[in-house]
Amino acid sequence: MALPDPNVRDGEPVVRLRQVAKRFASGTEALAGIDLAVASGELLALLGPSGCGKSTALRLMAGLAEPTAGSVERRLPDRHAVGFVFQEPTLMPWATVEGNVALPLKLLGVPPAEIRRRVAERLEGLGLSGFARAYPRELSGGMKMRVSIARALVARPRLLLLDEPFAALDEITRWKLNDELLALWQRENLTIVFVTHSVYESAYLATRIAVLSARPGQIVGEIAVEAPFPRGEGYRNSEAYLHTCRAVSTKLAEAIGEG
Amino acid sequence: MKRALGNILPPALVAVLTLTAWEVIVRLRHIPEYLLPGPLRIAAALKEDWPTLYPSLLQTLAITGEALLAAAVLGGGLAVLLIQAKWIERSLFPFAVIVQVTPLVAIAPLLLIWIQDVRLALVLCAFLVAFFPVAANTALGLQSADHHLLDLMRLYGASRWQVLRFVRLPSALPYFLGGLRISGGLALIGAVVAEFVAGTGGAASGLAYRILEAGYTLAIPRMFAALALLAGSGVLLYALLSGVSYLLLRRWHESAVRRDGVAVE
Repeated sequence: MALPDPNVRDGEPVVRLRQVAKRFASGTEALAGIDLAVASGELLALLGPSGCGKSTALRLMAGLAEPTAGSVERRLPDRHAVGFVFQEPTLMPWATVEGNVALPLKLLGVPPAEIRRRVAERLEGLGLSGFARAYPRELSGGMKMRVSIARALVARPRLLLLDEPFAALDEITRWKLNDELLALWQRENLTIVFVTHSVYESAYLATRIAVLSARPGQIVGEIAVEAPFPRGEGYRNSEAYLHTCRAVSTKLAEAIGEG
Repeated sequence: MKRALGNILPPALVAVLTLTAWEVIVRLRHIPEYLLPGPLRIAAALKEDWPTLYPSLLQTLAITGEALLAAAVLGGGLAVLLIQAKWIERSLFPFAVIVQVTPLVAIAPLLLIWIQDVRLALVLCAFLVAFFPVAANTALGLQSADHHLLDLMRLYGASRWQVLRFVRLPSALPYFLGGLRISGGLALIGAVVAEFVAGTGGAASGLAYRILEAGYTLAIPRMFAALALLAGSGVLLYALLSGVSYLLLRRWHESAVRRDGVAVE
């Protein structure tokens, strides 16, 4: 399979937000008119201070929330074309790892034999094969997150949305999972949008970074990250990486209003 | 094994000490048995009156069991119905509360007049006190499902039935079982209270009637024997329901999982 070139935006955007605003019933204004297009095959980071509406933007993209104003256009073949990874692993504590990963396929009415095959394949891919029969509470935080990712990918989505997925993990586990995410993105021709508040994480993973201001969220800048893939230890020590981090930090400082 | 012993030994010791003290005091102070019989006299009465007490025990347990089963099924069912829509909850829940807070002794005579079949009336009385904890707890559990899991169900376009089956019902299971444990004791109390009000004699009457009967004839040791059977049944029922709860939850729920060897890296 040919690796997607992150610098080529192949065709129509997968999701497009046009002048999208979101105000909650409580009166809180989460987003104030943002325009954002997610190109097919890109790895977009939504970066911003806490409570700036990043998660809301992600939920709008997933169709889990409706905008108060503006429109969300989604060009996806069907509903299971979106995978979502929450901040918490959000696993069903009463089901085994296997059962958790199988959930989306069960909901979609996939035949049992096919479910078994695809779940086994996913568990294998994320290094979870030995834990198929384990219950979530028996797993570490990093392993639980892997299960959550396996579940999001099992229905073969085209768009994968991640809401600060590794925020609660220790640094080493976090970097490891970042690398695995990159590998998955390359191997499976995914389009990924992930929310983070880490400058370093966004500069390491993304092909493009959208920086949001404090609430109500607005996009204050976009930074393309040109570094080639696969990225690794070499990239993390390179001048290009540091340069990106600095540029992103400056934008973020502007966003918070300390520019 | 060691753990089980540690659980049983202390209460067993307390029981033996209390019973011994009781027996000794009764004998030393020559307390007449129509005021307070000693444990040994009660045991003798239990053996002596077993032919009448045993059928009564079975009768009371049958009523309790049927009421509890009805409470589990109908209480759980009502909870599922309540969470379907806010308006359903608003229209039905107040009546569930009214049934719950009205003292059973006050309604039992009415029910016994209305319902010709005394046994059915007794089961209904016991059911009325037992169903509320199950219904209220289960409703709470159904509504306590992880909202991110509910989001996930929406993402994959899950039907109402799928949401109930895959997320809400499993989330509610610990709450349901907790409610059932409370209801078990209440069903027994309800059955006994209703029997007292009914006061029916004959071979098919429950333990409450044996207590009434013993009171009229001042057969106090027999009264204590019937009481002991009731208390024992209550404890056994509670242990049984706790056991069921443990078996169903031990793999995943915090209430039942032993805290050792938690994480696998």
